[in-house]
This record gives sequence, structure tokens and C-alpha cells, in this order.
Amino acid sequence: MSTTAVHTNEHIGHDDAHDHEHHELNFVEKYIFSTDHKTIAKQFLITGIIWALIGGGLSIIFRLQLGFPDMNLEWLRPILGKWITSTGQIDSEFYLALVTMHGTIMVFFVLTAGLSGTFSNFLIPLQIGARDMASGFLNMLSYWFFFVSGVVMFISFFIETGPASAGWTVYPPLSALPTAMQGSGLGMTLWLVAMVFFIVSSLLGGINYVTTVINLRTQGMSFFRLPLTIWAFFLTAVIGILSFPVLFSAALLLVFDRSFGTSFYLSDIYIGGEALPNVGGSPILYQHLFWFLGHPEVYIVILPALGITSEVIATNSRKPIFGYKAMILSLLGITILSFVVWAHHMFVSGLSPFLGSIFMFLTLIIAVPSAVKAFNYLTTLWRGNIIFTPAMLFSIGLVSFFISGGLTGIFLGNSAVDINLHDTYFVVAHFHLVMGSASFFGMMAGIYHWFPKMFGRMMNDKLGYIHFWLTFVGVYLVFFPLHYIGMAGFPRRYYSFTNFDAFQDFTDLNTFVSVAAIITFSAQFIFLFNFFYNIFRGRKAPANPWGSNTLEWTTPRVPGHGNWEGDIPKVYRWPYDYSKPGAPEDFIPQHIPLTETPESNLPHEVEQLKEEGIEVKAANAGKS
Amino acid sequence: MSSTAVVASDSDKDLWMGGNEPLKASYGKLMMWFFLLSDAFSFSGLLIAYGMIRFSHPAFQGSPDEFVFSQEYWPIPEKVFEAVPFLHGVSLPLVFVGIMTFVLILSSVTMVLAVEAGQRMDRKGVEKWMLWTILGGLAFLGCQAWEWTHFIVGTEQGGRMLDGTFIHGASLSQNQYGPPNFAALFFFITGFHGFHVFSGVCLNFLIFYQATVGKLEKVGHYEMVEKVGLYWHFVDLVWVFVFTFFYLV
Repeated sequence: MSTTAVHTNEHIGHDDAHDHEHHELNFVEKYIFSTDHKTIAKQFLITGIIWALIGGGLSIIFRLQLGFPDMNLEWLRPILGKWITSTGQIDSEFYLALVTMHGTIMVFFVLTAGLSGTFSNFLIPLQIGARDMASGFLNMLSYWFFFVSGVVMFISFFIETGPASAGWTVYPPLSALPTAMQGSGLGMTLWLVAMVFFIVSSLLGGINYVTTVINLRTQGMSFFRLPLTIWAFFLTAVIGILSFPVLFSAALLLVFDRSFGTSFYLSDIYIGGEALPNVGGSPILYQHLFWFLGHPEVYIVILPALGITSEVIATNSRKPIFGYKAMILSLLGITILSFVVWAHHMFVSGLSPFLGSIFMFLTLIIAVPSAVKAFNYLTTLWRGNIIFTPAMLFSIGLVSFFISGGLTGIFLGNSAVDINLHDTYFVVAHFHLVMGSASFFGMMAGIYHWFPKMFGRMMNDKLGYIHFWLTFVGVYLVFFPLHYIGMAGFPRRYYSFTNFDAFQDFTDLNTFVSVAAIITFSAQFIFLFNFFYNIFRGRKAPANPWGSNTLEWTTPRVPGHGNWEGDIPKVYRWPYDYSKPGAPEDFIPQHIPLTETPESNLPHEVEQLKEEGIEVKAANAGKS
Repeated sequence: MSSTAVVASDSDKDLWMGGNEPLKASYGKLMMWFFLLSDAFSFSGLLIAYGMIRFSHPAFQGSPDEFVFSQEYWPIPEKVFEAVPFLHGVSLPLVFVGIMTFVLILSSVTMVLAVEAGQRMDRKGVEKWMLWTILGGLAFLGCQAWEWTHFIVGTEQGGRMLDGTFIHGASLSQNQYGPPNFAALFFFITGFHGFHVFSGVCLNFLIFYQATVGKLEKVGHYEMVEKVGLYWHFVDLVWVFVFTFFYLV
């Protein structure tokens, strides 16, 4: 490694001295097949935004069906073609494809690749003080595998039999038998191919993030001086490295069941009265393998958002994060627990009730680190000099969703209560709040907060506030009523409820939810305008617009290749020296040595200086 | 960069203070380790699938001498894998797969010698031992090809299916030796491992080539040999588990 660092540095030095002689990157090297972590981060971000629009758009289409079952959707025919039936309704099998693709796209493409891919790539080198990722080449491959995965998934929308339709969890035998429904044909094959590419992308990204954090921290940047964002990205990458390969195995076995006549997941199946030849497999096996990824996956989705929130809340409360080490320990606790709770998704799959009680116990323990985080956010906000930037609002929104969605997790994690709630809209409400909306808000907070560093320009605050309030209120209006609908027994993924007398009373509520969903979705276009317009036309960003302590704000306004023009700054303190008593300003960046701040050094910091043999007198020292 | 100079004189106290490599491993080696960790989980997933499917089938009750192949229960592996090339009709349980395993482990030993030669900057040594490692890998793959062929072709007497018909050999959906999933899992997991061996041989060949043309010598170190060595030992270790699960228990 050391050789590489030297090499990079020489390269940068060379850059300074002979700028005009330096080989200019051409367009393709600079913007398309770039190995620069900042460009790759932006590629992930833009791709993630496009997928979020597609995924969100799909949800609006099926909300139309649920909220307005009698509506004539003939006007969607130009887009959906034969998926609109002759009576102007959505085809019932296509409805299943819609929910499947909405889930897949949101979970994997938007909140995994779009969130981790963007912010891990962008912030890890900038915040730990590195020139770039450990391997820029693998980093580039990671994006392009993701891109290919997206292309394959996108193609599946345009085939005769439609995209995969077995739910985002693609349980066999439904997903394994092309005869089961249209969506289990070619669409399912493409889904699996896309996922294999996605897993490769995630693995390449993950090993890069972990290695970079371990090996490329700048001098003085110990693990206990890392911003909580980096801790979150680091542990997210660890979870990904350990859980995605199991999905890989599960998907490969499913491919063989589908295409090569094996029976790993299949046994005792009759179609149209005919017994299939498959014997000896078990669909429950797939559920175990899938949820061994599937559960950690929800933490892959939420942890980066929690890390971003820690950073944004501390910065904009002008206070040190409350319980820095407790925050790290709770992240670690969540990471470890995330691997031992998967069977709580399978309480009603015939799981032994004894095993169920063990998994229930482990599941409920997760409430402890989660509550530590929630309380620490609240205590950080407590009596802070809060600055309500859009990023701060979105972070506070995340805390709100994390609490209100997390509380329902306590019901769902209970193996007895889950018998009633399993696969109802209560589950949908729970995870859309705690995981979906919370991490979406984390992503938004990240974009509003680091936009100035990404593009060197500022986003418009007013539009940010409008975007926040419409989205925040909208999300609650969409997902809160779903709890009631779920408790009333509405099952997930059903095409129509109008045939059931018991559910007639909820028709109005469903209409209400659909209207709220359409408004919330429309509000995102305010963000899109704000984002894309200000990339080009925004006010130029000051060096450190939020008065933040972390290293990325010591780079030039638009950092070039290598991030810092001169030497990489050294780090002398943790990243949360906000409003330190005695300090002239309300923040002291990480690269300011203790020797320059004698007026605000705490007793243990004075001790530390003494140990290093440095005596600082308040009189002759001070900021230069 | 000034920080680089510090790396050499690191005390343990400063090990995790940044600006150095706390695990004393270059980024490339770390990435290989994390990849292997990940890959270990994919193999674990497959072996757990194997365990779950196997133990959902009944085992043969009775003494091994009276064992006959049947669709009703999981076969005893010793009775399935007892053939050796050129010794037709002789029952030599697990002898051939034992030779395969020995070859693979031997190729790990030659890989260790290649790494050791690389640390001494001994180009000739690297070339020699990498070549032996490649040959060991190819020999293993060759043996596996024979083993698969024998398994696919089957025995003269064949096996009776549940519907009374007789078939010879095994495929992904039918199996003369027992339940179809015995064959399917065998093909899938040894195939997945064999693909890893094949990739390893390709990587080894790439590094062998780079050593032979002097590219690694020009770089100044033979760390690439160490990296592919890590992968090769991992593939070897995985085989020990695959061997244990499929042939021994």
C-alpha cells in the first residue's frame, strides 16, 4: 500500500508542477469509465435517482388500482400496452409484477446501491483523508456491474411475459415453475441474472470500502476518531460481504431448479392434477437462505442512513453527538444481531414454535441498540443551537420514522402476534416507515448536506423545505392508515379487495392513501428540479457551508483527482468538537492540532499533550 | 509522503492511529481476504442446503454389507464412489477421490514453495513451483472429469426408479444410486468447487506468465504470487469440507 500512496502523491505533485504537461483525461475516462471515487459516487447517485423514479412510479400505478378499483386506466395504455385489460383495468398478473419490481428496485437498486454506493464512495476517502479508494479499478467495475444489472432488470419490463412477479423475495415454488404464472418465465430468469450481477457489484464495492477504511486512514485518524458516517458505511459493507454470498448461493440453486431439472426447492407439487417429477427438495430451505441475506439487507439499507443522520444532526445542533462510543457499539450490536434474527420472517412457515421463541427473543434484543440510537439523536438535539437546514429536517424526519416504524416492529417480532399480522398491510406499514422512508430520508439528508461538496454549488433551501414538508407529511398520510388496514386483515399483494365484504369499509381509506401517495410522489419533482438545476446554476458553495468538522470540507470547492492539492491533512481530534467551551468558534475541524487550541483543551487533552512532551501555554499559543 | 516513512517505525501504540497498515497487509491482500470470507459464506450456504436436504431423506438402516441402491433412502457414499480408472469391477471405496485430494493438497504445498521463492526474489523458483501448482490443479480437474463421467455413465446393473424402470448413471434430475437430489447436490457443489479450481488455475497461469516474462521482477516484489496463493489455499480448504460432507459422512 505504502508504495501506492507514494505513487499517488508523486502524481499529484507532478500535477501541481507541470499542469500543462499533464495528460488530460478525455471525456470517457473522466465521466464514464472513471476510477475517481467522486465520479463513481455521482454515477451511483444519478442511477439511483432514475431507479427511484421508476420504482416510485410503479407504486403509483398499483396504488391507483387499490384506491380506485373502478377507474378506467385506458390512458395508461400508451405506457403499459396490453397490461391494461380490455375493460381498462390493470391486468391482475401484471399487478403482481408491479409490486415485485417496486420492492426489488427500491430495496436493491435505490436504497442499497443508490445509498451505499453513493455515500460510501463519496465520503469514505474524503472523510478518512485518502486520495481515493483502495482500488479505483474495482470500484469502477462495481458501478458497471450495477449498471449491467439494471439494464437486465429494465429489459425484463419489455418482454412478452412481463417481469418477475413472485414478490421481491421470489419464493419457490411460485418463482421456480415457469408454468405457475407468466412472471415466472423469462422475467424471473432475467431477475436472477440481474441479481447475480448486482451481488458481484455489491461485493466489489464492499471489499473496497472495508479495505479502504482499514488501510488508508490519514495519520491520526484512529477508529475512534472516525465520523459515525464512516463507521456506518464500514459495518454496512461488512454485512454485505457476509450476507450477499448466501443470496448468491440461493439464487444459483433456484436457477438450477428452474432451468436444469433439479429439485432443491421442489417437492410434491401438482399442477392441474398432474404430479411434477420433482421430489426431495424443500421450499423452506430457500426461505432460510434468502432471509439470511434478506434480514441483514434491511440493515444494509438503514445503517448508512443512520450514519448520515448522526453526522448531520451533530453538525446542525452545533453539539457533539451524544454518546459517540454508544453509537458505535449500537451499530456493532445491530450488525451482529442482524445475522441471527432471519427466521422472524418465517414464523408462520411451519417453523418450530420453540425456534420461533428463540428468534423472537433475539429479534426483540435489536430494540436495545435501536433505542440507544434514537435516544442519542434526541439527546443530541436537546438544547442544541439547532439550524434547520433541509438536511437537518430530513434527518429529524428519519428519527421520527425510525421510532414510529420501529415500535410496530416490536409487535411483528413477537411470534404469537405475528400469526395475526403476518403478510398483512401492517407489515407493509412497518417496513415502509422504519426501513423504506427512514433510509430514503437519510439519503435525502445526505444529498442536501453533501451537495455543495459533490457539485461545488448550493441547493435552494426554500425548495428543500417545501420538499421536506410535503414528503414528511405525505409519508405519514400514506403509511399510517396502512396499520389499520393491516390490523383489519388485508393481506399484502392482493390485486383487489372489492370482493370481500369484510373490507368494504376500508375503501375510502384506501382511496385516501392513494391520493396521499400521488401527492408525495409528485413532491419529489420539486427535489429533482432543485437537484438538477443547481448542479449547473446553483450559487457557488463556500468552503465549509455548514461549519462542519470533518475532513471533506478542507478540500478545494470542487476537489480534483486526489482530493487534496497539497499533503493530506493530519487529524488531531474527534470529529464532534462543536461548541467546545472556551473555543472562539462553535466548531474545531479535525485537522486543527490541540496545540493551536489551548483555550479550549479539556483536561484529558492537556494530559495527552504532556505525554507527547508538548507544553502549551495559553499566552504564547493561539490560532495563527 | 511523510507518513510513509513513519510506517517502518510503527510502535504498537500507533498501530491503529492511521497513516499505516494496521493489519500489516497491503490493500490487495486485504481485499483477497475479504473476498475469501465472502466466498466462504457462499460455500457455507450450499453446504447447509446439502445438510438440510440430506437429513430430510431417510438413511439406510442395516449393516453396510447388505446395502443396495434404492430411491427410498440416501446412499452410503463409500458404495457410490468406489471405482478407480483401469481397475474395472474392483471395489476400492474412496481410493480415487483420496488420490484427488492428495493431489490438490500437494499443489498447495508447491504453492507455499512458490510464495517462499517469491519472497527470496527467486524468479526461477517461482516459475518452477507455480508450474507444479498449475499441473496439480489440472490433474485435479482431470480426475474430477473422470469421476463425473463415471458417475454420469453409471454401472452395468443400473438402478430401479420408483416407477419400476431401470436407468444407468445419474443426471441433475435422475440418479441410479439413490434420491435425485444426491446427484444434483453432488454435481452442483463439486461443480461450484471445480469452477473455483478452474478459475484458480487460470489465475495461477496468469501469474506464472507474468513471472516468466519478468514482469513481477520488474515490479520489485512477488506479492501477486501471495495473493493467488491465498485463493489457492482457500480452494484447497473448501475441498476438505466438500470431501468430508460428500464422501466421508
